[in-house]
Amino acid sequence: MAKKLMKGSEAIAEAAIQAGCRYFFGYPITPQNEVPEYMSRRMPQVDGCFLQAESEVAAINMVYGAAGAGARVMTSSSSPGISLKQEGISYIACAELPCVVVNIVRTGPGLGGIQPSQGDYFQATKGGGHGDYHLVVLAPSSIQEAADMVMEAFDIADMYRNPVMILGDGMIGQMMEPVEFHQPPKREIPEKTWAATGWDGTRERAIINSLYIEPEVMQVVSDRLQKRYELIKQNETRVEEYKMEDAEYCIAAYGTTARVAKSAVNKAREMGIKAGIIRPKTVWPFPSEAFCKAADQVKGFLTVEMSAGQMVEDVRLAVNGKKPVEFYGVMGGFLPTPNAILEKLIQLKEGK
Amino acid sequence: MLHQMISAGFGGQGVLLLGQLLAYSGMNEGKNVSWLPSYGPEMRGGTANCTVIISDEEIGSPVVVDADCVVAMNRPSLDKYENNVAPGGKLFINSSLIDQKAKRTDIEVYYIPCNEIADQLGNSRVANIVMLGAYLKKTGVVKPETLIKCLEEKLGKKKAHLIPMNEEALKKGAECVD
Repeated sequence: MAKKLMKGSEAIAEAAIQAGCRYFFGYPITPQNEVPEYMSRRMPQVDGCFLQAESEVAAINMVYGAAGAGARVMTSSSSPGISLKQEGISYIACAELPCVVVNIVRTGPGLGGIQPSQGDYFQATKGGGHGDYHLVVLAPSSIQEAADMVMEAFDIADMYRNPVMILGDGMIGQMMEPVEFHQPPKREIPEKTWAATGWDGTRERAIINSLYIEPEVMQVVSDRLQKRYELIKQNETRVEEYKMEDAEYCIAAYGTTARVAKSAVNKAREMGIKAGIIRPKTVWPFPSEAFCKAADQVKGFLTVEMSAGQMVEDVRLAVNGKKPVEFYGVMGGFLPTPNAILEKLIQLKEGK
Repeated sequence: MLHQMISAGFGGQGVLLLGQLLAYSGMNEGKNVSWLPSYGPEMRGGTANCTVIISDEEIGSPVVVDADCVVAMNRPSLDKYENNVAPGGKLFINSSLIDQKAKRTDIEVYYIPCNEIADQLGNSRVANIVMLGAYLKKTGVVKPETLIKCLEEKLGKKKAHLIPMNEEALKKGAECVD
């Protein structure tokens, strides 16, 4: 298929369709309205269901229902809307159901603003809702990668019976870039024997539930979830390294910020500063090993985020005090500029 | 090659489409491209703008601060973006709607009466294409043929009859800055 120039939100929606998603429940919020808009046009063409719910809470519970019936289902929203969905997401995680949740992050807290931000990192990677659970969180840094990640997200969700989040930002949602749709590498996905598709008397009844009153039973469920998270950590951690072979300084950045950082690293290299980037493509599971390894090689780290400093905590945990980890954050809905990052790199080098 | 531009004007003047056609053409000529609209509490009749980057290299920040070129289709856009033209860059002004001159002396400035030419061609909506004609003539960033092909794809069969007028608009725009 030829390359198409597409908006991020539209590419995300089309990728979901191509991945076999036939149910979409959502509620409008800027800057991701093009996802439901596209779905409302496209779903009927593939005999799927687009439904604009009466609220975000309703939408995520519709996702819960469709996922329980074994359907490939997605919802998308932006920060305040994702906050509203957290209860449902926690239920879905406990009920061990696969689904894809897209968060095109805007500024916060509160209703905040509609410009890009990375302020939802904590919410996405450390829980968000209540209880001991994790989402698999994929953080695209281009429109092509957003499409690829959405397509793979459905496989990951089905494979581990776990919700997967696409963590983008307003820039990823609104920008247009060339995109091609490729099917992800084939996986052995177990049959959904657990799905509540109607009881025919020949199998065990499928019960979709997240309530376990007996502590002994809850303990079994919790242990099972934690074991699965360990498996996900082993199998699904993704990271991209850029010019790290001989790097003396390492920028840690994900999503939109990472592509700005690339421009900064190229400028730094022209000035003779050996800089590189470690870009987590999965922010949960976090690629701690890559940072741990780099800590033996580089002189220092610079974490760049569109937040007050969230991922930097994971970087510091991974580096474990071996080398200094500095932080540069931009808030309010602005992107960091390559020159500002470069300046911070120079400061790091000069030990300021 | 790295080409960074800003296209700005009233909503409805086709400034976003102007940028999209550049990005589309760049892509079809094998370049890396990005197109980023301003999105905010804008509405029809308000101001709209987008930034386009066309590059041989992978594109870092899609935000353009120091633009190689700026297209200003209305006066507020000129006020807002004149200072974003990098020294030595090019500024394209729609002189049909903007009666003031550029203040900068360190850049090349072109005045194109886009709306008047479009009206002469019989459709005021091709003013943005007139501007593109001048833009391509002076920047050479993509070939006019590529752009027309993209427009054909975008308009589809139903609106194919509009292509000759758009070709004419590109030509007239180019003649303006000859």
